[in-house]
Amino acid sequence: MITLKVNGKEQTLDVAPDTPLLWVIRETLALTGTKFGCGIAQCGACTVHLNGHPIRSCVTPVATADGADITTIEGLGSEDALHPVQEAWIAEQVPQCGYCQSGQIMSAVALLNNSPNPTDGEIDAAMSGNVCRCGMYGRIKSAIKTVANGPVQMFDPTATQEVQHG
Amino acid sequence: MGKWSRRGFITAGLVGGGALVVGIAIRPGHRAPDMAKYVAKEGENLINAWVKIDEKNHVTAIVPHSEMGQGAQTALTQMLADELDAKWEDVTFIEAPAEDEYANHAMAKGYILGDSKIPSVLVGTVDGVFLQASKAMHLQITGGSASIRTTGVYGMRVAGAAAREMLIESAAESWGVNTAELSTDQGIISHKASGKQAPYAEFAALAAQKNPPTTPQLKTPDQFKIMGRDKPRFDIPSKVDGTAQFGIDVVVDDMKYATISAAPVFGAKLDKFDASAAEKMPGVVAVVNLEDAVAVVADGYWQAKQALAQINISWTKTANDKASSDTLFEQFQTDMDKAKASGDSKTDVKVGDVESAFENSDNVIQRNYRVPYLAHACMEPMNAVAKVSSDHCEIWTGTQNPLGFKHDVAAALGFEASQVRMNNYVMGGGFGRRATSDAVIQAAKISRAVSMPVKLIWSREEDVQHDHYRPAVASNFSAVLNADGMPTAWENQFVDKHEPVEAPHILYGIENQHIHYADSPTHIPFGPWRSVDHSQHGFFTESFIDELAHEAKQDPYQYRRELLRDSPRHLNVLDMVAEKANWSQPLGENRGRGISLQESFGSIVAEVVEVTVNDGKVSVDRVVVAVDPGFAVSPNGLKAQMESGVIYGLTAALHGEISIDQGQVVQTNFDSYPMVRMKDAPLIETHIINSFESWGGAGEPGTPGTAPALTNAIYAATGTRIRELPVSKYDLNAVFGEEKGAAS
Repeated sequence: MITLKVNGKEQTLDVAPDTPLLWVIRETLALTGTKFGCGIAQCGACTVHLNGHPIRSCVTPVATADGADITTIEGLGSEDALHPVQEAWIAEQVPQCGYCQSGQIMSAVALLNNSPNPTDGEIDAAMSGNVCRCGMYGRIKSAIKTVANGPVQMFDPTATQEVQHG
Repeated sequence: MGKWSRRGFITAGLVGGGALVVGIAIRPGHRAPDMAKYVAKEGENLINAWVKIDEKNHVTAIVPHSEMGQGAQTALTQMLADELDAKWEDVTFIEAPAEDEYANHAMAKGYILGDSKIPSVLVGTVDGVFLQASKAMHLQITGGSASIRTTGVYGMRVAGAAAREMLIESAAESWGVNTAELSTDQGIISHKASGKQAPYAEFAALAAQKNPPTTPQLKTPDQFKIMGRDKPRFDIPSKVDGTAQFGIDVVVDDMKYATISAAPVFGAKLDKFDASAAEKMPGVVAVVNLEDAVAVVADGYWQAKQALAQINISWTKTANDKASSDTLFEQFQTDMDKAKASGDSKTDVKVGDVESAFENSDNVIQRNYRVPYLAHACMEPMNAVAKVSSDHCEIWTGTQNPLGFKHDVAAALGFEASQVRMNNYVMGGGFGRRATSDAVIQAAKISRAVSMPVKLIWSREEDVQHDHYRPAVASNFSAVLNADGMPTAWENQFVDKHEPVEAPHILYGIENQHIHYADSPTHIPFGPWRSVDHSQHGFFTESFIDELAHEAKQDPYQYRRELLRDSPRHLNVLDMVAEKANWSQPLGENRGRGISLQESFGSIVAEVVEVTVNDGKVSVDRVVVAVDPGFAVSPNGLKAQMESGVIYGLTAALHGEISIDQGQVVQTNFDSYPMVRMKDAPLIETHIINSFESWGGAGEPGTPGTAPALTNAIYAATGTRIRELPVSKYDLNAVFGEEKGAAS
């Protein structure tokens, strides 16, 4: 038996100890916000927090998480409010297909918990394990900065310049 | 008409203009009563095929397109809501069901007719023809950057405006006044003289009885209230809290999990396999022989994957077991040479007299280019849930082509389409990959074999090695330069022509042109990949024109300007990008700028890429994009698509290569098929030009110009000309001006 505390809830599980945590989260616990992307820790879609640290759950045998606190995308924020990083993601209109975004957000939350005002270099270092095939890196970076700098604002209208030709 | 393939139809449309509509006269009439059963609930009135209004005045757009992050569902809803004069806060959408009644006739019409003017008396007839045709083709696809420019322009705007007129007519009847005395705003109809006001909902039932007008009055851009404004995308909130349901997230009762290993050499079949060890592993339910693949069904994905790895499989020999990237490119060159020698090279464009231009010149420039196969690598690996019984099949998946998949699955199972039910979900990336139904058909066959509902999930390795790839292409160019260094003749031969037909054509005014191609089929399956043929030809043509500019010792931007004298719209976009990128201001040492201009999917895009090359390592610092889409329905959405298109193009140009060895794909996962990551991502800025010319697409046009702008920039920085992608094949430590070829 393996015991995990997932999003604050104690879970006792009868699963093979070598099963990657990802599949326990998705299939046994039915928390499908955490995604499968590569299975070899190359894309970050499966990122969750283990005792507060971002890990790639696709290569983490569930046995190594025995007794640990796990937070998934479903466990961010509170009952009635999103986490500020999630709010920033909406304000910046970050996601396109959205498939990688649970992992991106988990990496960003971990970064900001450790370094509330990260430099560009720190953001690059913390976020470059997460692939976004839709290429929304600029927006992800902007969203992280808005959280670091305080209240979330809507995207910068000066960045979209329209010229009217009649 | 049943024989038309969708592909054939669209191609015929682009080539043949309006010829297909002649002689068939079927008015669509009022279809809403028949369609209501699919989309309208108690208390809702379906006004026409694409819009319903409920008792609380909530408006629902019925959108015949899937969502893969391109934002089309929101933008299309904006188009309908604006013409309807609805209150945006009361508007939402549903995706059209995968039923033939909801085949997308507006898309067919947009493709075939484009901007052709149809006499208003014929519009109903023409619409009826397209409805019949789109049903025959099961046309409900999302691709070709077509949502706004076809469905939006010919469907959603017309439907919104028609619904508004039907509501006004109904109010006029109820109140005993003239329609001309009524006005609409924010979902309310008003009669100024009497001060009467009522919400649309009050007249919805009456309006739903009416025959929709086929030529309602559309708004002019100065009347737009919702189009051209940034509205938050409907799908985004569910994509930040983990609640968005992708196909891979679907769970149905009593479902088992499967994973699969298909023949590594395309075309091979199962010879024999030993599954005795796998069958004994915990959780394993069954091992299924699909003739060209083996699947394991188990209680969980991990168990299925572990068991699959324990199966020894041998595959039949094929004629392609020795094929490699090198042999395929040799084949391309041989086929091009043969076609040229025999006069069988197929003409794509022929204007002027290229032969005499070459004979009479001693300033001929020749260059050859090539690009490799590419995988789509959607973040969400291919997957589908299928539940098949003796007489019914239900599918849950994310697809760009729900109605097409329904018919594909029916055909694969020997069912009628009416025996298949499709449930579509948001897609974790599409890029053309999710228009092909291979994984869904596998899921259906596996479910039938085990008589259980099955979720099939491909491993990433399976996804990379069994894609329908962006084709590898070789393309050879010759040009004649006159005394001023300007091209007077352009000759181009390449292998294999797919879509869009105009992809190899050039925007520049060159009097003598011969563009032609040889067929050179291979065993590698191919399919549409973001921007399709533009992804190769954009690189080829914009590289060659850049080389001509340098041969002529002219500035590549000014050189292009000179050749665009008769194309003010293109010139405008090019000028905008040059201005915003400070083209005329020199960059420092080891740095360079490259420029490109592309028109694809109805939009014109110019890009300037800035690079720094230090110790042979390319850093892409900044990308400036200027885009004229005619009109930007969702400016921030368009901007997002340009950013996305650029990164997709950069990944391909810098790293992207699917290579072939021993007949099979070499790359397996993101370690061998690398992606651009945040640390490599440039600053991207997009400048939008609303020219109010015909409206174009957004999802693809940002991609084709990125590779040539990048490689033109690398040339400017290093003197190394990249003629074969990806850039990673080159040693960029070369001394300036000394060219080194590709590693291969």
